[in-house]
Amino acid sequence: MVTGVDVAVIGAGVVGCAVARQLTLAGASVALLDRATDVGDGTSKANTAILHTGFDTEPGSLESVLVSEGHGLLTAYAASAGIALERTGALLVAWDDEQEAALPGLLAKAEANGYGAATLVDATEVRAREPHLGPGARAGLSVPDESVVDPWSVTLALATEAVGGGARLLLSAPVTSMVTATEGHELSVPGGVVRSRWLVNAAGLGADRIDALLGHHDFTVTPRRGQLIVFDKLARRLVGHILLPVPTARTKGVLVSPTAWGNVLLGPTAEDLEDRTDTASTAAGIDALLAAGARILPDLVDEEVTAVYAGLRAATEHRDYQVRVHPDQRYVTVGGIRSTGLTASLALAAHVTDLLMGAGASWSGPPRPTRVPIRPPLGESQLRPLQDPARIADDPTYGTPLCHCEQVSVGEVRDACRGPLAVADLGAVRRRTRVMNGRCQGNWCGAAVVALVAAETGRDPDELTGLSR
Amino acid sequence: MTGTPVLVVGAGPAGLTAARELRLRGVGPVLVVDRESVPGGVPRHCDHAGFGLQDLHRPMSGPAYARHLTRRATEVGADLRVSTTVTGVADDGSVTLTGPGGVEVVRPAAVLLATGARERPRAARLVPGDRPAGVFTTGQLQQWTVLEHLNVGRHAVVVGAEHVSYSAVLTLRSAGVRTVAMTTTLPHHQTVGAFASVTRFGLRVPLRTSTRVVALHGRGRLEGIDVEDLATGRVERLAADTVVFTGDWVPDNVLARRSGLVVVGPGLGPRTDGGGRTSRPGVRAAGNLVHPGETAGLAALGGRRAGRGLADDLAVGAVDRTAVGLGLVVTPPLASVVPVVVDPADPPRRLLVRTSAFSRLTRVVARQGGRPVGAHGLRHSVPNRSLGVPGTLVAAADPEGGAVELSLE
Repeated sequence: MVTGVDVAVIGAGVVGCAVARQLTLAGASVALLDRATDVGDGTSKANTAILHTGFDTEPGSLESVLVSEGHGLLTAYAASAGIALERTGALLVAWDDEQEAALPGLLAKAEANGYGAATLVDATEVRAREPHLGPGARAGLSVPDESVVDPWSVTLALATEAVGGGARLLLSAPVTSMVTATEGHELSVPGGVVRSRWLVNAAGLGADRIDALLGHHDFTVTPRRGQLIVFDKLARRLVGHILLPVPTARTKGVLVSPTAWGNVLLGPTAEDLEDRTDTASTAAGIDALLAAGARILPDLVDEEVTAVYAGLRAATEHRDYQVRVHPDQRYVTVGGIRSTGLTASLALAAHVTDLLMGAGASWSGPPRPTRVPIRPPLGESQLRPLQDPARIADDPTYGTPLCHCEQVSVGEVRDACRGPLAVADLGAVRRRTRVMNGRCQGNWCGAAVVALVAAETGRDPDELTGLSR
Repeated sequence: MTGTPVLVVGAGPAGLTAARELRLRGVGPVLVVDRESVPGGVPRHCDHAGFGLQDLHRPMSGPAYARHLTRRATEVGADLRVSTTVTGVADDGSVTLTGPGGVEVVRPAAVLLATGARERPRAARLVPGDRPAGVFTTGQLQQWTVLEHLNVGRHAVVVGAEHVSYSAVLTLRSAGVRTVAMTTTLPHHQTVGAFASVTRFGLRVPLRTSTRVVALHGRGRLEGIDVEDLATGRVERLAADTVVFTGDWVPDNVLARRSGLVVVGPGLGPRTDGGGRTSRPGVRAAGNLVHPGETAGLAALGGRRAGRGLADDLAVGAVDRTAVGLGLVVTPPLASVVPVVVDPADPPRRLLVRTSAFSRLTRVVARQGGRPVGAHGLRHSVPNRSLGVPGTLVAAADPEGGAVELSLE
């Protein structure tokens, strides 16, 4: 099978999907490739789900500009696509002299980044805002526009819109070899060849390796593992804001944050690894997080843990994003996108499109109108189908409970199976519906979900559960 | 039907038995809701014998018991609604129900919570490692095989060595899965000797005592399980595509907590007296929500007591009665006691006590303000199994004298 397109985008994470969407809207024919079986199945699925203001980015950096722009763009996009987003605000909490002394500098940094709404708050105010905080909070910095968002739905919406506009989504398609000539690129993937005039590398953890195939050695990805603990929804009452630590040189540190699904997140760790696939959690990581959590929010650690997971951030030796255009090769690389990539995704997409146009790219079709796909209401602050009499009256399967912990109906899981982006495994169904993601982790609904998904997709249940692959 | 409306949440052994008891005592209408599509609760997917003995004095299988209890509730006029979940509980006592028929707000005179218990899953046990498929609890495994007839795997490790763990081995066996090992952090198994011997020598399933699971490995599907010998610290990897986490019961307490009930104990179950009264007027609780991990028969008997207590209170206009009396607390190695609220003048027939350590020839001693008020000798005590202690243990306590502390001596 040979696919010929204007642009091939390698990597269907949130950045690759945003780029593919942007280019599709601009009139380009696009092939979006990923080695995984679903979009957003790598770094994009295991982040902290925070929509950053960019208040603490390095002033003047590309990251600063794009995060600041992306915050507004993604806020608007989430609203138009019905994606859960809660403007909880963030509170940086200083626990000692050194951290307290750093707060004015952070305020100045926020202002240097063009963010003017941050304010210093004293210990009394910190406690008034977060009464469940542990003892010893000295002062804080309030950042009212930091928000939490459903990150899976963002990637899914962007990919759905791209595909709806004509982009070809090729999954289970690792690039096995590549030939670059003056007229364009030829990418070999299992079962086919993709020919493109232009190439965008949004390969995340693999971005340096793709870059090397084109002869560039501008950066090296060192995966930085972040382990996170998700607490039960009964813990949500304990925290109102995203509670950020005062950052150190290595990481933003351990935070406690509400999630758009109504849980509480504790993490991440920051561990530099060699293995680009090691998303295992560790006893040491879990212990360290619980110890930190017990200090920040003592009541939190008494609540049930719903999930423990780890994501790999595509860190490099550089602090800033590594976005470079190589006009002679008709190639743009988008590397070193770390935890702010979700926030910056739409701004990155616009930036990449500008770079391609500036390098002389033109597209085979006219610009297309935006048709933002409406995502199912998965947020805890949204009206879920099981709470919606009109939807149930219209279709009783939206009133038939399937996943009790996450309050997901049979109708929603059926819709996910029939949606435009195929589901290959239970993870894909979980990210589209929240099913099995709750406190019982599929104890009550797992068997019924497997049976339903198998019936709806025609897949063998053993394939869904990894018994026959 | 006219009368006092009661809502029972959960159509398992406790809820169904409570509903029958309420109807037999003239209370009604009684509406029983269950979020599953088939009533009966956990016994529905326990496809083995041993049910019905404690409450009905006749043996039957789990699924037959589930059907039998359903019939006994509905034949006396309890209304049963399945695929119906509670989506809200308001401060004024109104309850929002959602099912295929729509969203409905009901205002019962009393609500009886019988939402049961479940085993803690892998994540809540903080077992590190990869996140592959093939990780089960016993309840999930049973639904996999008994309800949906799905394939499980080929080689399994069962984490735990209590009754339910041995039951998991049998479920695995009937599904064609070989159990390569059982593990327990404790120095001995916690089931009856015959069950342990048949499994170990008859089915040739080795038991690793004083062992804990320290990591899971596998991308996509489970491939291996790291177990650590607690004595030597040695870690060994067992090859398996399936792991079953058994026991470690927690009450399904979400509705109880969202209803503002005071919760206690290791799993935060509602603070309840022997008759199912809670801290909130008009809300009762029974079954494994109150005593997670007990048998279906005990849950049914608890449901019967709660149904009777509620009917009696309704008859005298005392539906708002809450759990008032002496509080019971435990000190290690004792882990829990139910009920946690007792009236010394009218103590329950027995208290159920659980311990976290093996012991022989000990006594459960009750003290109030440091003063012994009662004691009961035990030949032996085993973790993960409840010990029945006569309620008269606390009969000599001063009703005004404050909490009674139970310890093992």
